[in-house]
Amino acid sequence: MAAGASPGAGPSGAGADVEVLGGEVRCSGTWTVDRIDRVEGRFPDLARRAGNEIVVDGSAVTAMDTAGIWLLHATALALERQGRSVELRLRPEHQALLELIRSPALALAEPAAGRGGLLPRVGRWALGALDQALAMVSFVGESAIAGTRSLARPSRIRWRSVLQNIQTAGFEALPIVGLLAYLLGLVIAYQGAGPLGRYGANVFVADLVGLAMLRELAPLLTAIVVAGRSGSAWAAQIGTMKVTEEIDALRTVGIAPLELLVLPKVLALSVALPLLTVFADALGVAGGMTMSRSELGVSFQDFLDRFSQAVSPADFLVGVGKAPVFAAVIALVGCHQGFQASGDAESVGRRTTVSVVQSIFAIIVVDALFSVAFSRLGI
Amino acid sequence: MAGADPAEAVLEVRGVCTRFGNARVHDGVSLEVRRGEVFALAGASGCGKSTLLREIILLHRPDAGSIRLLGQEVVGLREEEALALRRRCGVMFERGALFGALTVAENVGVPLREQTRLSGPLVEQIGALKIALAGLPPGAASLYPSELSGGMRKRAALARAIALDPEVLFLDEPTAGLDPLSASGFDDLIRHLKALLGPTIVIVTHDLDLLWRVADRVAFMADGRIVGVGTMQELSRTEHPVLRQYFVGPRGRGAREQSWKRG
Repeated sequence: MAAGASPGAGPSGAGADVEVLGGEVRCSGTWTVDRIDRVEGRFPDLARRAGNEIVVDGSAVTAMDTAGIWLLHATALALERQGRSVELRLRPEHQALLELIRSPALALAEPAAGRGGLLPRVGRWALGALDQALAMVSFVGESAIAGTRSLARPSRIRWRSVLQNIQTAGFEALPIVGLLAYLLGLVIAYQGAGPLGRYGANVFVADLVGLAMLRELAPLLTAIVVAGRSGSAWAAQIGTMKVTEEIDALRTVGIAPLELLVLPKVLALSVALPLLTVFADALGVAGGMTMSRSELGVSFQDFLDRFSQAVSPADFLVGVGKAPVFAAVIALVGCHQGFQASGDAESVGRRTTVSVVQSIFAIIVVDALFSVAFSRLGI
Repeated sequence: MAGADPAEAVLEVRGVCTRFGNARVHDGVSLEVRRGEVFALAGASGCGKSTLLREIILLHRPDAGSIRLLGQEVVGLREEEALALRRRCGVMFERGALFGALTVAENVGVPLREQTRLSGPLVEQIGALKIALAGLPPGAASLYPSELSGGMRKRAALARAIALDPEVLFLDEPTAGLDPLSASGFDDLIRHLKALLGPTIVIVTHDLDLLWRVADRVAFMADGRIVGVGTMQELSRTEHPVLRQYFVGPRGRGAREQSWKRG
């Protein structure tokens, strides 16, 4: 038996211990996975001190598990590789364990190699990004084909699903979009109030709020909110269906997943997003009016008079006209990321995040392209 | 462990009652598992086997009754004490419950890294040893769970369950969802590990082949109670109607004949 319990030893007895006596390495105590940390560092050094012909005496070890025997075995192997001879003397029951881990049938994995240097990693990343881009292009193409096929036979469009998506992505987003647009209108008018007031150009706050909201901010804000609210939800929904093989099940019962899951969403959002944008326009201007009256003393009547001169219908249409494009971007990116999920639940989470990041990125890029195009066209 | 009394009870369940809303899952379940045996908890799907297992491994608290695991009362145990107890048990979940973000080798390393102070290389080596003991090829160590087949996933889950050489090993439906060949391979694996490492094994299953081939004793659950405990031979001779149905059905007879042929 091992000597009296050493401090720190738990209920199942003394920790592992090792000492050198002459040419012999004596092991004692409990050589189990939660105990051998005490000897892991010392054991090889001590054993080396015992000379070139080492005898490891394990007969005083009271309990041994696979981790303990592995430490003995691995150390002995390492010493033998240095040209020393090692003899392990073990109790018969522990000898059986040793035979087990020495058995040639037990093929051990080599420790995993690193993922390479910077260059391979950059290369892998670039190839991955290229794959993603190509997959997105092909997804847009497939959706377009499925879309034209459906438009040729409108009876095949899933109108129920379209209406349901208008409800969840459009109608249910009204409060949050309205609130944010109103606050944004307030903030713009407030920021403009200082400089405009200094020049006595109070009433021009209507130009500022009207043009900024209608042309740029309301469409962008609405699209970003919807991308976060609905694009992510769709990526998660389709991703989960992909992981649980529901998408494959749909195919086997003769339903094209694109027709059931993607087209209704694109259609619904193409209707809902322009309407939401109009709503955001109205509330944003209302926010601007509220702030103008309290900060600049511009009455609602004066504000609206100036507004109708400053803002042309073209400005309104420029803003609302961008919305269907944003809608297609949000729906296609969200659905595409959903279809890219594979394997496990974690990939669904990752794809959902990517869908939001990519759609917001794409929305802003598209918006910039629109700005360039409109300025060339002089709108 | 040397010197342990073979008849010592590792697990004692006394009068456990569990209710989910109005549904009564357990109505006074009692059973006893002795050190070193392979004990199986059998019964039809949805009879409360897995819930009982969850109660034993401290994941769910029964409404009444007592559960003693390794000499310690489990019901109402504080979290710090529970940790010490959990360290001595290995659990393999029905669907593996492998961590999806980690490779197989890292999965097996998790308990070792969390519960011991061993160095990184030693953890990796012991992990590789456990992966090999669970019968996985060396190449599987660097794969992610989503890249594994069903049978390999079960083996990886088993490798993680035995990472700390537990005294008690709980296996929830170890052969569910496996093809017959993989399932019988898994039977052999369980027997092999039992012979090598000598843990007490508690299996929750409805796989008759597994019951015949691996279990020392079987407790049969129905209607929220244990309706029979004993070896499969004994149970197959009882007159209890539920047990008769189970054993005399076509699959029951087939499994029994198979187990005889294999001797």
